[in-house]
Amino acid sequence: MQQQTAYETPYLEAFDAFQGGHASGDPAFIQAHRREAIERFGAQGFPTARRGNEAWKYTDVGPLARIPFQLPDPSRGALVKQGQLKTASFGSGEWPKLVFVDGTYSEELSNLPRSRNGVTICNLAEAMTRRPEVVEQHLGRLASQEENGFTALNAAFVHDGAFVHVSKDYAAEHPVLIINLSSGKHPDSVSHPRALIVAEEGAGATVVEMHASLKGSRYFTNAVTEVVVTPGATVRHYRVQRQSPHAYHIATIKAEVGRDATFDSAAVDMGASLARNNLGVTMAGEEGHAALNGLYLVGDAQHVDNEVVIDHAAPNTSSRELYKGILDGKSRSVFHGSIIVRKDAQKVNASQADKNLLLSEQAEADTKPAFWIYADDVKCGHGAANGQLDENALFYLQARGIDRASARTMLVRAFAREIVQLIDLAPLRDYVDRQVIKVIPQLQSGAA
Amino acid sequence: MVLDSPVLEVRNLWASVGDAPILKGVNFRVMPGEVHAIMGPNGSGKSTLANVLAGHPLYQVTEGEVLFRGEDLLSMAPEDRARRGFFLSFQHPIEIAGVRLDQFMRASYNAVQKSRGQEELDALKFDRLVKSKSKLVELDPTLIRRSVNEGFSGGEKKRTEILQMSILEPTLAILDETDSGLDVDALRVVAEGINQLRTTDNAVVVITHYQRILEYIVPDVVNILSNGRFVKSGRRELAFEIEARGYDWLQETEDRVGVGP
Repeated sequence: MQQQTAYETPYLEAFDAFQGGHASGDPAFIQAHRREAIERFGAQGFPTARRGNEAWKYTDVGPLARIPFQLPDPSRGALVKQGQLKTASFGSGEWPKLVFVDGTYSEELSNLPRSRNGVTICNLAEAMTRRPEVVEQHLGRLASQEENGFTALNAAFVHDGAFVHVSKDYAAEHPVLIINLSSGKHPDSVSHPRALIVAEEGAGATVVEMHASLKGSRYFTNAVTEVVVTPGATVRHYRVQRQSPHAYHIATIKAEVGRDATFDSAAVDMGASLARNNLGVTMAGEEGHAALNGLYLVGDAQHVDNEVVIDHAAPNTSSRELYKGILDGKSRSVFHGSIIVRKDAQKVNASQADKNLLLSEQAEADTKPAFWIYADDVKCGHGAANGQLDENALFYLQARGIDRASARTMLVRAFAREIVQLIDLAPLRDYVDRQVIKVIPQLQSGAA
Repeated sequence: MVLDSPVLEVRNLWASVGDAPILKGVNFRVMPGEVHAIMGPNGSGKSTLANVLAGHPLYQVTEGEVLFRGEDLLSMAPEDRARRGFFLSFQHPIEIAGVRLDQFMRASYNAVQKSRGQEELDALKFDRLVKSKSKLVELDPTLIRRSVNEGFSGGEKKRTEILQMSILEPTLAILDETDSGLDVDALRVVAEGINQLRTTDNAVVVITHYQRILEYIVPDVVNILSNGRFVKSGRRELAFEIEARGYDWLQETEDRVGVGP
């Protein structure tokens, strides 16, 4: 266990004011959960050790830990207008929308349709009293406080958050948007976005989690998402990260996929100075299927680290992972993909691939696959490829009158397209495609 | 009477890849309305000539000058050459996964139109234009919704090149071995397509190893390229002679020092 250093002090000090302040009305089980979590965080600290720290070997969180990020001062509530949401929003106005500004739930900006049978979408703080049985059963179960200092820290400050629950055999009519917005009005602030998504047996839901900023300021987002896909259910979870170029973004996403259930996930990372995503999926029941897709576009000195762990705990389960990266400037990417196949999990089919397009000589992409296979009748595949833009393709486009910068954008967009097309939600697909086109020239100039 | 000025004038053109010189002093001039054929054995520099004229970054021009409609072609970026009416139909059109052919063609067309201050087309109008032009080369219309050249047959790739030529209406089209890989029927269709695009103002340079395509596209001038320079010039009959006698007899007339077959 790590010694507590001064890095953790600002968070420990903020805890009592938070627990005794506007979160003091939360149910006792939540209060106890938080107290346990802050103690764990105090003991564990940030994973800053550089020796023997395999999980964080390629991503140094020291720079993040050294900044004493503060919870935003609630009395200086940020005024964000509906119009400012546009940059982070897409799809139909009918879609349910949960909006959080600097970690605080915004009722005015959110859009919650009159509750329907079978579907509950609300602020997590409200769900703690409205649906305590679901919250108590699932909150912190998949993304355990024990995971690392970041999950413990998130749990210590859990209050506002997204809660999506779909009852047995119901399907959510519309995709649910979760928008986490940083206003930029609180310098060096921290937020701990939380989402709990539960699809009961045979239920279906599509959830889009957005992380965006209104200003290019420095802040720290420490997000935790838990997705429970019970037997026969289908959940599509899409995540778009467009943080400010000076932001630190740490996200933990944990999913459990039951028998005959499907978890379809796509993650797009375009922002943040440092982004680290811990995606962990447990294939808990037979015939479960998971598709995990990722796209990251980084330039300048951005660093993006995707750690993806798939645990095939049940036989006859399948998973398919495809991550693609576009790197420019002096950016760096890490893809750390682990596939675990348990002893009795026969007939597992798992594939994993990471492909990177390097647009500059200084960019670096590291792919680190790891297989832990304890069953003997399994099919596991792995692929990795790093390449540059094809000069002949660029020339072909130029020879037809297209200028070099546009030709480059066309080819990079084409590379990203493979992932974009896997997003099974047309408005989001178009949104991501547009963002990709927008961000490519910025990568080149180092402005992203 | 006003004398026509040349569409293309190539003067003492030398070009290399790395340290290896490939073109060693090429001279020729193409007038409006003309069809030129450039023939030559493999490795003679035919494709290099085409690529140098189009501005491929792999090749360095070490000497000489090229005027295209009176302007210095070699100082222009590849896209500016295209926008001024230069077109190269590639010998091996590249496959570009993820870029839809129709979207690429529209981007190309609009870039050229915009540079000329002419109307750009939206997807709908452009579709109509493509449909009317596709008939010319008998191109399967479903192909244009697919990725550029991806999984296309040799013939489909060449038809697609000529389709692009018909859309861009270039002043000078260089057809680099457009006949290679085509069966007789496809060759006839492609050649007829090219013929229909000919006017008194534009010009075509057909680069080929065989004279077969020249039965359909009748040249005014035939130049034989060997070892990086033109070794013989003639009328259409020269192509027939090459057909009958091959290229070997021509090489005897030139300096072969340090040159492969």
